[in-house]
Amino acid sequence: MEYFVQQLINGLALGSIYGLIAIGYTMVYGIIGMINFAHGDIFMVGAFGALIVIVGLGAVGFGGAGVLIILALLAAMLIAAVYGWALERVAYRPLRGSFRLAALISAIGMSIFLQNFVQLSQGARVKPLQPMVEGGFVVMEKGNFAVTLSYLQIIIVVTTVVLMAGFSLLIAKTPIGRTQRACEQDMKMASLLGLDVNRTISLTFVMGAALAAVAGMMFLLYYGVIDFFIGFLVGIKAFTAAVLGGIGSLPGAMLGGLLIGLIETFWSGYFTVEYKDVAAFAILVLVLIFRPTGLLGRPEVEKV
Amino acid sequence: MSMLTVSGVETFYGAIQALHGVDIHVEEGEIVTLIGANGAGKSTLLMTICGSPQARTGSIVFESEDITALPTHQIMRKGISQSPEGRRIFPRMTVLENLKMGAAFSEPANFDTDLEQVYTLFPRLKERAEQRGGTLSGGEQQMLAIGRALMSRPRLLLLDEPSLGIAPMLVRQIFTAIKQINVQQGVTILLVEQNAYHALRLAHRGYVLVNGTIQMTGAGKDLLARPEIRAAYLEGGAT
Ligand SMILES: Nc1ncnc2c1ncn2[C@@H]1O[C@H](COP(=O)(O)OP(=O)(O)OP(=O)(O)O)[C@@H](O)[C@H]1O
Ligand SMILES: [Mg+2]
Repeated sequence: MEYFVQQLINGLALGSIYGLIAIGYTMVYGIIGMINFAHGDIFMVGAFGALIVIVGLGAVGFGGAGVLIILALLAAMLIAAVYGWALERVAYRPLRGSFRLAALISAIGMSIFLQNFVQLSQGARVKPLQPMVEGGFVVMEKGNFAVTLSYLQIIIVVTTVVLMAGFSLLIAKTPIGRTQRACEQDMKMASLLGLDVNRTISLTFVMGAALAAVAGMMFLLYYGVIDFFIGFLVGIKAFTAAVLGGIGSLPGAMLGGLLIGLIETFWSGYFTVEYKDVAAFAILVLVLIFRPTGLLGRPEVEKV
Repeated sequence: MSMLTVSGVETFYGAIQALHGVDIHVEEGEIVTLIGANGAGKSTLLMTICGSPQARTGSIVFESEDITALPTHQIMRKGISQSPEGRRIFPRMTVLENLKMGAAFSEPANFDTDLEQVYTLFPRLKERAEQRGGTLSGGEQQMLAIGRALMSRPRLLLLDEPSLGIAPMLVRQIFTAIKQINVQQGVTILLVEQNAYHALRLAHRGYVLVNGTIQMTGAGKDLLARPEIRAAYLEGGAT
């Protein structure tokens, strides 16, 4: 029981990270119908942005972990947003209207480019970070096994919940969100109503990238090490999460992220750590066989 | 100076040419109708006016401004709006949200007045305000498409087959609404119709489009009286 609770806590924290990244995959797919395979690398760029700010400000004797984390977070979001914007502008927009595979190949190319760029400019070695948020609660204790809920885990889950709630509200209730949904449902009609579709697509990339940067910052704090390659596996898992939840669906991405995080932690907790990635992907295959639209994806039944 | 002048417009879809040098003009305050067989290029002409696709040659001038090469969203902010072929209601938005999208670029202070005006024109939309667009009946979707196009207070309204697939009772209601929009709100209208009888009776002038060129033009009543029009486009006539 205690062991179970501990895995649950760990899974929720990991799932939060996947969920935030998955939103970017799902929103971009929703609006332009492409899988942005470089999105995982935007997450990685965000993590590096955060690390550079923390190390840089720390070096000039800037004190206070809290302020430092918030500044690094904002900087990471800004940096990732610029990269996300440029990515769409340079690599995807010129190919719009071309055959579908073209944008996909371009995305894979950009993914490799971003990895190499960071490897060259930051070095290939693993980058460590001193723990910045330490301590936590002991939730229960039995024998010599204590279930702990770290402050960092609380921060991760609470931040994610707040961000996701705010973001859902933005999409559901505000003019920006309505514009976003209009472009997603009928781009041509949106332009007939005077909406600048290209601007909305750019904004979608920017929002997705900023959320991925938050995930990057959390990853950095949680694991304490990053390298130029972290975007690959984490990105693929977040993509899996988006598909599992139903690609194109915002609540689906959040639910999928949570599930992938939980599956992965429970699998490593009860079976073998080596096969944890296989477990997540196996579940994906099963879902796609029995429910191809994902858990919350919508079957196309509406008359238009 | 006409409100809208289309001169020598040729439009292509890839290698296929859909319009072969079209000339039409629309004066302020008019209802002008465009009739023609399936595939004649009527929808293409309305979409070309909106810049999607853009005319390859020729020019389109709206209120003395050349809009031929402008991107669609900029054209639509100049006082033109369209209720397009197939209605194109946002299926996963409510009726009210669809109407809000129509007003995305108009003065927010006008929203309540404009909404009330659309609801007066189509009371059914008010009853259905919270229903999702995709679940409306065809006729309700048509009302919504017209209502949405009105929310931006256009000076020129393009309507593509507003009576398509609608029961005769409702067709009359739609045509009455078009008349009201023109007379009471002073909106100039360019109307594409299969239902040539209703359209020509309603319109001040008409154009007949055949294979991407204008073949005939004249006052609505005169066109209606011509035997070749009656034979080709009116009920019971050969097609
Ligand atoms: N997206 C497209 N790609 C290729 N050809 C097209 C496209 N849209 C229309 N066409 C062609 O252009 C021509 C004119 O089509 P258009 O839709 O303008 O006709 P229409 O007069 O509106 O007909 P209808 O009364 O059936 O609506 C047709 O031959 C049609 O096949
Ligand atoms: Mg048509």
